[in-house]
Amino acid sequence: MIWADLTIFLPEIILSLFAMAALLGAVYSVKDAATAILTWATAGLFVVTAIWIGASADGTQVAFNGMFIDDAFARFAKVTILGAAACVLVMGQGYLVKRGMTMFEFPILVTLSVVGMMMMVSSGDLIVLYMGLELQSLALYVVAALRRDSAKSTEAGLKYFVLGALSSGLLLYGASLIYGYSGTTLFSGIIQTASEGEMSLGLLFGLVFLIAGLGFKVSAVPFHMWTPDVYEGAPTPVTAFFATAPKVAAIALFARVMHDAFGQAVGDWQQIIAMLSLLSMFLGAVAAIGQTDIKRLMAFSSIAHMGYALMGLAAGTVLGVQAMLIYMAIYVATNVGTFAFILSMERDGRPVTDIASLEMLSNREPGKAWAMLALLFSLAGVPPFLGFFAKFYVLRAAYDGGLAWLAVAGVIASVIGAFYYLRIVFFMFFGQDRDDPAQIARDPILSGFVVASALVMIIGIANLFGIESIAAAAAETLVN
Amino acid sequence: MIGLEHFLTVAATLFVIGIFGLFLNRKNVIILLMSIELMLLAVNINLVAFSSYGQDMVGQVFTLFVLTVAAAEAAIGLAILVCFFRNRGTIAVEDVNVMKG
Repeated sequence: MIWADLTIFLPEIILSLFAMAALLGAVYSVKDAATAILTWATAGLFVVTAIWIGASADGTQVAFNGMFIDDAFARFAKVTILGAAACVLVMGQGYLVKRGMTMFEFPILVTLSVVGMMMMVSSGDLIVLYMGLELQSLALYVVAALRRDSAKSTEAGLKYFVLGALSSGLLLYGASLIYGYSGTTLFSGIIQTASEGEMSLGLLFGLVFLIAGLGFKVSAVPFHMWTPDVYEGAPTPVTAFFATAPKVAAIALFARVMHDAFGQAVGDWQQIIAMLSLLSMFLGAVAAIGQTDIKRLMAFSSIAHMGYALMGLAAGTVLGVQAMLIYMAIYVATNVGTFAFILSMERDGRPVTDIASLEMLSNREPGKAWAMLALLFSLAGVPPFLGFFAKFYVLRAAYDGGLAWLAVAGVIASVIGAFYYLRIVFFMFFGQDRDDPAQIARDPILSGFVVASALVMIIGIANLFGIESIAAAAAETLVN
Repeated sequence: MIGLEHFLTVAATLFVIGIFGLFLNRKNVIILLMSIELMLLAVNINLVAFSSYGQDMVGQVFTLFVLTVAAAEAAIGLAILVCFFRNRGTIAVEDVNVMKG
């Protein structure tokens, strides 16, 4: 019996054993000299695990009496998370070596947080939800403060820790109320007591606290305060990680709780999430306009993108969850390329993140400038690129789900948001010459990621690489 | 007679004190850590009360998990705080301001 459960849980067990073995091995041997090999080994393991999980497509399996769920939805999210984490590890390696920040703890902490994320997306119980979330968050607090000798990095870690702990507290208070008023922590038990229109007040309070806690983790407005500071202060490879894998995990967990535990009471949470989505889209679009630091700009960009992903969730339908999954996959693919570009920005060997330093980049680096143009257009949602289809799916899902006003607001916000992406393009192609421009590092790995990601944005419009039907199947298993 | 609602009231009061401690405190980051701890312990009172009145053991198991995680969280928070102190020489809340956000 226990073996059957453990088999379902096997990918997570292997990753955690790997993390512990790597930690012990590195501590008792060459320490930081093992960083490069450890990074490649971790990235390789992530890719192998992703392929393994992706290939083992055999329906829904439940372990530990329903506490751990392995279904098509969890597998879709896990493959995205593992792929994003592997890309970010490989991308960041060169940057960390160049800045003298080779620490063998980085790949290990990333592995542990990835295990936490995989538990989050598979959780079928409030305890598993909390443990997965904390495993992910605790590892992320540490990597945010990875640069121990930098005031900015430790401040980012401190801010992230305090606000993250506050959000865990809110979530936990909500979980305790839900447990108290439904009598169980299992999602399959909660859904039987939480039906539309007849939820007890305590359960409703619990739901609101839970949404607030999860809102922090996906950085939805009004719980977004930590995002710009943490993105700016953390080392760039860490920021790239923050912008990709944890967002997928948090939004997938959001969908999991809302549909698995409160799927019979869509009307009770739909309005709250629609409001979070509306505020995130507009604040993300408006606040990014005045930014001069590209990492800070990407923080507001990610807030806006989370707004769109939440729009899919707010629809409360199969189509909505499918649109949300497609949106997150495309968002991650775009962000990997954009952050590969940001990682390669430097001046005299030191990193720069100033947007104005990109002026007239098209003269110095035409290939990179055009690749970045494709990525920025995709982030803005300009029609021929992949990002447009991501937005199109969520807007259609919101419209079909009876939230036409939200879809209209989404279009308006995306027009406002296009301004700051196009401003970077304007700088790159029509700016003025500067005497201290940013150089682009000659790093084949980073260039490869930028170009590959840009090509994905263009080639993907043919058939979205077939993720449409996979996402549909995943959404189908979640919503019923 | 002390009923479930009394426990819930105490827990809610402690929880709100914790949240106010986080937002109103202008002095010292250590107080933030104490406020976070207060919030988590308020949740524990909730869980144990529900568990006891609902005749269900899961709440108490949950409490043990929360206690463990709270300890780990405090350890990591203090570690980050030590790094911050080494860089800035202060742990006053108003000095956490290299980045304005």
